[in-house]
Amino acid sequence: MSVITVNKENFQKEVIESDRPVLVDFWASWCGPCRMVSPIVDEIAEEHPEIKVCKVNVDEEAELASQFGVMSIPSLFVIKEGKVTNQSVGALPKNQILELL
Amino acid sequence: MENTYDVIIIGGGPAGYTSAIYCARALFSVLVIEKLSPGGQMTQTSQIENYPGFEDGVDGFELGFKMQKGAEKFGTKTLRSEVIGVELNGEIKKIVTADGEFFGKSVIIATGADHRHLGLPDEEKLIGRGVAYCAACDGMFYRGKTVAVVGGGNSAAADALLLSKICEKVILVHRRDTLRAERAYHSPLMKAENVEFVLDSTVSEILSENIVTGIRVKNKVSGEEREIPLNGVFISIGRVPNTALFKGQIDIDEYGYIIADETTKTNISGVFAVGDVRTKPVRQIVTAVGDGATAAHYVEEYLANL
Repeated sequence: MSVITVNKENFQKEVIESDRPVLVDFWASWCGPCRMVSPIVDEIAEEHPEIKVCKVNVDEEAELASQFGVMSIPSLFVIKEGKVTNQSVGALPKNQILELL
Repeated sequence: MENTYDVIIIGGGPAGYTSAIYCARALFSVLVIEKLSPGGQMTQTSQIENYPGFEDGVDGFELGFKMQKGAEKFGTKTLRSEVIGVELNGEIKKIVTADGEFFGKSVIIATGADHRHLGLPDEEKLIGRGVAYCAACDGMFYRGKTVAVVGGGNSAAADALLLSKICEKVILVHRRDTLRAERAYHSPLMKAENVEFVLDSTVSEILSENIVTGIRVKNKVSGEEREIPLNGVFISIGRVPNTALFKGQIDIDEYGYIIADETTKTNISGVFAVGDVRTKPVRQIVTAVGDGATAAHYVEEYLANL
């Protein structure tokens, strides 16, 4: 499955109302560790159709970032049935991201 | 044996991929195992100005990818996975990853270093809630706020300067009476009106109510302690080598670095250490790539005599 770019408009539908567990990656283009995690998150999207993978660009979606209390990027959130069930800060290898899920 | 390589390189930073380029050009089978993306610590610097050949500077992330591509052009394979265990003694060395076991006739350790933590209670819990280690990444979340930078070296000085442009106020806490940072940083820091220096002092506690609310600092000379209310703490007190995987198998010095001289040879035959993870006086990208070439030379010598 492809990665979905989430913004304020589609957040409710794509994340909160998703029938699959959602992995949300808060990132920015100028953040090195975010760029290191990005291809790993892409890989998870390809390999795990049972998971919906979303990305939020914090430059464009400051409101969503502050809603989630993001103060450090990359920040990863796992959301199941509209609720945050797990979260982590910083670049993680794939096996550790999958463990979050 | 399946999954066996002439050379397994752990870590895909500049030292690792330079080793890979040289070993692959010498026609050895080479596997680089990297847990994230290539580039290592370089990826945190968007403008590298002391790597020769790039008069306008180069983005560390791009440079890392280019080094990977260069090595892969000569047949290097990359596995993106975390190494979770190693068995380095014996002629065939075993590397256990999250994605299976791999075997190397030789191993080059290029695991680099990570941010050093203060080691205070609650520090880990508050990462992402006011405790940060990358000013370039997280500075923007503190726009108009008050933050502390802890440390006195080049990276602390650079972080304080960067944050002074974003934040209302930056408090630089350093345990000595002068900064260790190069002189180039001193005058811009002195000129920045919103940078305050708290010298001869250490952070004794990070204060929080779910998120960081302040720090307690202790003056080492007077012994006096006081609280400073603030929104964020950027910790920039140097690096710690990534050697936890190798403890008990390989000789490591008191600071955690793998003991190896300019030949990059460790105490285990067929195992080499390159870049920031090795005992050495200067840790730069150029010295890391230098190690890579040297290691490849001694790997070749070692494999020829097997």
